Formats: sequence, structure tokens, C-alpha cells
Amino acid sequence: MSEVTAKQVLFEPIFSNNPIGLQILGICSALAVTTSMNVTIVMCLSVIAVTAFSNLAVSLVRTQIPGSIRIIVQMTIIASLVIVVDQILKAYAYEISKQLSVFVGLIITNCIVMGRAEGFAMKNGPWLSFLDGIGNGMGYSVMLLFVAFFRELLGAGSLFGVTLLTPVNEGGWYITNGLLLLPPSAFFIIGLAIWGLRAWMPEQVEEEDYKMSRHTHKEAF
Amino acid sequence: MEHYISLLLKAIFIENMALAFFLGMCTFLAISKKIEAATGLGIAVVVVLTLTVPVNNLIYNNILREGALSWAGLPDVDLSFLGLITYIGVIAAIVQIMEMILDKYIPALYSALGVFLPLITVNCAIMGAALFMVERDYTFGESVVYGFGAGVGWALAIVALAGIREKLKYSDVPDGLRGLGITFITVGLMSLGFMSFSGISL
Repeated sequence: MSEVTAKQVLFEPIFSNNPIGLQILGICSALAVTTSMNVTIVMCLSVIAVTAFSNLAVSLVRTQIPGSIRIIVQMTIIASLVIVVDQILKAYAYEISKQLSVFVGLIITNCIVMGRAEGFAMKNGPWLSFLDGIGNGMGYSVMLLFVAFFRELLGAGSLFGVTLLTPVNEGGWYITNGLLLLPPSAFFIIGLAIWGLRAWMPEQVEEEDYKMSRHTHKEAF
Repeated sequence: MEHYISLLLKAIFIENMALAFFLGMCTFLAISKKIEAATGLGIAVVVVLTLTVPVNNLIYNNILREGALSWAGLPDVDLSFLGLITYIGVIAAIVQIMEMILDKYIPALYSALGVFLPLITVNCAIMGAALFMVERDYTFGESVVYGFGAGVGWALAIVALAGIREKLKYSDVPDGLRGLGITFITVGLMSLGFMSFSGISL
């Protein structure tokens, strides 16, 4: 493998190797928290913190762990970090931690954290791993914030709880789109975001299983 | 009895793990290319959920919950902060034990499930069900029914998605949308279909 620079490790996951858009990691626990920006930001910060520190910790002990039990060691490190985050949220942001409900706990099984610990931190030094954790956490956050932006703006007419488009039932003009507050819309927005990302960076397009022959237009007679 | 049936239906359709709560999405999208593989994974998830949710329920109610240790003379101890690490440990252990039992006694099923069993440990649907069980304060009986129902709902969703994706292979999808993108849109449409169940009140 060629020498990688810290800058690459930090910024590559944000667009060109986005964990959600390309690696299909970490979609699990996150989509349900994107109905409002406030909640999403708290979730993103938690994920960035957990990914960064778990990468750091795994990388520090990577030469000491026997291969056969590495998964359980990583799991324990991640679970302990998530407990810390969960307790901090309960202490300082109780309202938001109520809204996030089970999804903070689900950071444990978030494939990004596990995937980066196994895929990157086991092979690289502590500092690079820490940056990789932050980078991947940011890549994940960019996608989540993008989804949350559209869902809150079009679904409730507000951003960060501040009303921007006054809804009809409060005497304004904006007819809120209730669909965007429901689960299906998150799938649509991510699907379209992936389409946009791949139109911008065509090298991410997946190979076809079956090659289509071009349509032949013949006049019917 | 009626209470349990309505809980079961609610867990399968109205609160579908995959389509209403987005849980287990990674495996849901990755293993849904073929119907056989999806069915195998679905069955494994049902079995693991039916076992782990009740076991975690017993552990929570008898050891971790505030005041649960009063039988040992420790009425003020609240261990619920240890919940997360306990549940994931229990899940990993049960999956491991199940793998060994299947390997010894039902090798046919073991080879069919083979690769999927270890994957299940990090499936958020399993962990999610355990956390929902705690949050909603289910009794032991309810947790058995809920675990089973949540598993069936998830299995149903992944088999349906695999069926759609098998057909979708032959369609001419725009370049950027091919693969992951169109799968997301498909899941969105399925989820929209499942939303119609939410009108049912049990």
C-alpha cells in the first residue's frame, strides 16, 4: 500500500469514499434520527467521538490482541465508549437523549465504528487511525445532515426548530409535506443523494450485472 | 391472549424493524441480492431474536434494574448503566453457542446458515429489539412474543426486497442510480407500503 498522508485519511471519506454512499456502512441506526437538525447534530457528534476514540484505542492495543478474540475486544472498547456518551447525554442533554431513545445505544452495532476498527485501526498507527475515525464520522455526518436538512425544512418548515417557512395551520402559506417526516422519505432522499454523488463522481458507479443492449427503434407496420 | 396476538401483529407489521425503524439496514441491503440467501438470514434472525430478547429481559429485570438486587441485600444499587455492554455480550455469546449447537446436532442447518450467524451479532435489529424491550418495559411473556414478531417482520421484509431485486436485475436503471441507489428507492417504496399498516389500531 502506498504511503497515505494524514490529510487524505481525514478528508477522503467525506465525499470520495463516503461510508454511507459507497461503503454501505452505518445506515442502520441513523435514519430514524434525521427528522430534526438538533437531534441529528447530537447524533453526529456522538458517532464522530465514538469512531475516533474507538479507532485510537483499538490501534493502541492492536499488537497485543490475539487474532482470534479481536472482535470481542473491539466490541468491548466500543460498548464502553458508547456507555460514556450515553451517560454524558443523559446528564447534560436529557431532552435530546429522550428523543434519540434507543439509537444512542445502537451506535455499538453501527457498522461504521466496527468496520473502521477492523478495517483501518488494526493495520495503522494511533494518530492516523484517530484521524480516520474523525474523517469517517464526518462523512457519515455530512450525509445525515443533508437528509435532516431536507426533512426538517420541507416536512416541518423549520431548521433547528426555528420556523422559516410559516406553515398554513399557523396562518402562513407553506403547506407542510407530512411524508418527509415519515420513514420512507429518508430512503428516497439517500437514494437521490447517492445518484447525485455518483453523477458528480462517475467512477463510483457500480458495474451492471447484465449488460443491456441498446434499444432498437423499428417502425411498426 | 388477545394482548399477545395484537403485540405480535404490531411487531411484525406496524413497527416493522427494517422498514419503520431502519434497523439491520447494513445486512438488509448487503444480503438481499438472492432470495435463498435472504431466506437463510431471515430464519437465523428470527431464531436469534426469539432467544436473545427474553434472555436480556430476564437479566435486566433480575440484575440490572434499579432495586432488582434487593434479594442480595443491595436495594439501592442501580446497574442499568451497564445495560449496553451486557446486552451485546449476551447476544454475542448466544450466537456463538447457537453456532456450536447447530454444528454438532443439525449440520444441515448449520451449513445453510453458516456465514450469516456471525454477521448477526452486529445486526442492529437484534440489539435494537433488546433496547426497545427495555424502553417499553415488557414482561417476560411479552418479550418472547415481541422478539419472535420482530424477527418475523424483519425476515419478511428482507425476503420481499430480495424478490424485488432479483427482478430488478433485468431493468435498465440510470447509471448513477444503479445498485445501491435504486435499492434505497425500492426500500423507500416498500416502507411506504408498510406505512399503510400504521392505520390499524389494535
